[in-house]
Amino acid sequence: MRLDALGDSAVILDFADEYSDPDKLLRRVLAAAEALERAQIPGVVEITSAYQSVALFFDLGRVVAAADEHRVEDFLNDRITSALAAAGRASRKKVRAIEIPVCYDAEFALDLSGVAEQTTLDPAEVIALHLSAKYITACIGFMPGFPFLAGLPRRLHLPRLATPRTRVPAGSVAIAAGQSGIYPLESPGGWNVIGRTPIRLFDANANPPALLRAGDRVRFRSITRDEFNALMR
Amino acid sequence: MIVLSAGFQTTVQDCGRVGFRKFGVTIAGALDSVSMRLANLLVGNEDCAAGLEIATGRVRLQFGDERLIAWCGGEFEVRIGNISLPPLHCARIAPDVICEVQAKRGRAWLAISGGIDVPALLKSRSTDLRAHFGGHCGRALRDKDELQLYPSSALALRIGSEMTDEISDWGAPQLTARDRVLRLVEGRQWEQFTEDSRARFLSGTFSVAMNSDRMGLRLEGEEISIAKTGELPSEPIAPGAIQIPRNGAPIILLGDGQTIGGYPKIAHVITVDLARAAQLQPLDQVRFELIALAEARDLLLKRERDIALFRVGLQTRFA
Repeated sequence: MRLDALGDSAVILDFADEYSDPDKLLRRVLAAAEALERAQIPGVVEITSAYQSVALFFDLGRVVAAADEHRVEDFLNDRITSALAAAGRASRKKVRAIEIPVCYDAEFALDLSGVAEQTTLDPAEVIALHLSAKYITACIGFMPGFPFLAGLPRRLHLPRLATPRTRVPAGSVAIAAGQSGIYPLESPGGWNVIGRTPIRLFDANANPPALLRAGDRVRFRSITRDEFNALMR
Repeated sequence: MIVLSAGFQTTVQDCGRVGFRKFGVTIAGALDSVSMRLANLLVGNEDCAAGLEIATGRVRLQFGDERLIAWCGGEFEVRIGNISLPPLHCARIAPDVICEVQAKRGRAWLAISGGIDVPALLKSRSTDLRAHFGGHCGRALRDKDELQLYPSSALALRIGSEMTDEISDWGAPQLTARDRVLRLVEGRQWEQFTEDSRARFLSGTFSVAMNSDRMGLRLEGEEISIAKTGELPSEPIAPGAIQIPRNGAPIILLGDGQTIGGYPKIAHVITVDLARAAQLQPLDQVRFELIALAEARDLLLKRERDIALFRVGLQTRFA
């Protein structure tokens, strides 16, 4: 594990040197983020993670007060190391499994024919492959509630669109960069859109505001246009 | 409060949304939270009460009852009726008088005693312009918007009753220099940039591009290249990070910047100088100065002490 500063009020822990397998690395990262949340290190105001790293954001004044005479780095390093040592390398939380209904109708699947062409598959085969995979939420980012879902079958690994769309509708289910993702809100975007979910992925009035969290298992379920309409209501 | 004229990008902001980056939610908030905090203290508010961030255009406001107002930030002209209100001072404004703010350069923060009463979403009243929530209806203000205010605090009432003039004869300290030099600490990938790129980055002058916004300042000038090519896995990023995308043109992330990113980071603007970054506008020239991390932290601690001193001084005087 390597610790670096992210400016003067955050640090990042990188675990890439511990595992070469991305799944094991992600599990290690998620367990570390969980352990660090539990440790409630004085002055740390938020913790967030991605594929191989965890960042801790802190209120410098409170960290300095808690660190007493010690240097900020030494204090944080000590607290982080002992939190990680106490927790072990596996998550203690029960894994959440979430099923997301997707309608793959042509009207929603803006790039399905393009994906089929590039992968030399039938559109139906693209959908079947997308449905067959078990995904894990690697992180949430890009926009509020947007999940980066690892586990996309190799045949569907494609680059982003050459020209990003200026307007991707909310709920769009898409693939790019070896992953699947879902746009919680309307936004510009460059992923290949292959369907749409009627489920709300982000709600600022709820806490937690996002349906998915890093570490959640995700499966997609195909629904008809009628089911989509019924769920939208 | 009635918004007679809204200006072009006036938003309700407080100190920002902390604790939800793991759900992809940005800080938003006043891009220069120090100015917002000082303006709030001047009118007897808690330092993170919701006020207005004003960027361009002319803003005209009218209040339903007597209030105190104060502003901090860029080069603006603020008038209470016919009286000119300097920055870092407190003014009393009667219900029938119009407060007019003319933006000239940069951004300004206006605090109103009591603070703006909009719902706190995810523990903040800040407007998230990209995700369209928070602040007033998740958007910038429009002409004829009406916003509710909380009642002025007991401290605000004491300040107001002791003011002999419409404008206070005392003020808040100026904590932000106007320099167009941003101080930096090394970024996580600093060592991976070519020596030549690092030298040009530190000696060069950059120009702020037109497509800069609250998410980030896009810079033009020296082209910066990384020695090691290949994609970096996305990782958490912090406001102030200076990313170098493939085209070599630096981007400084501000308060609305995304929470994770895969571009290499050559450096980080120190927290204290995010207030300077918030004043930069398209076509401005900017330079960088690298300092030690310990110095960056000392500057931040000193600034927080200065704010605390002002808060205590004010409370003592109007106890």
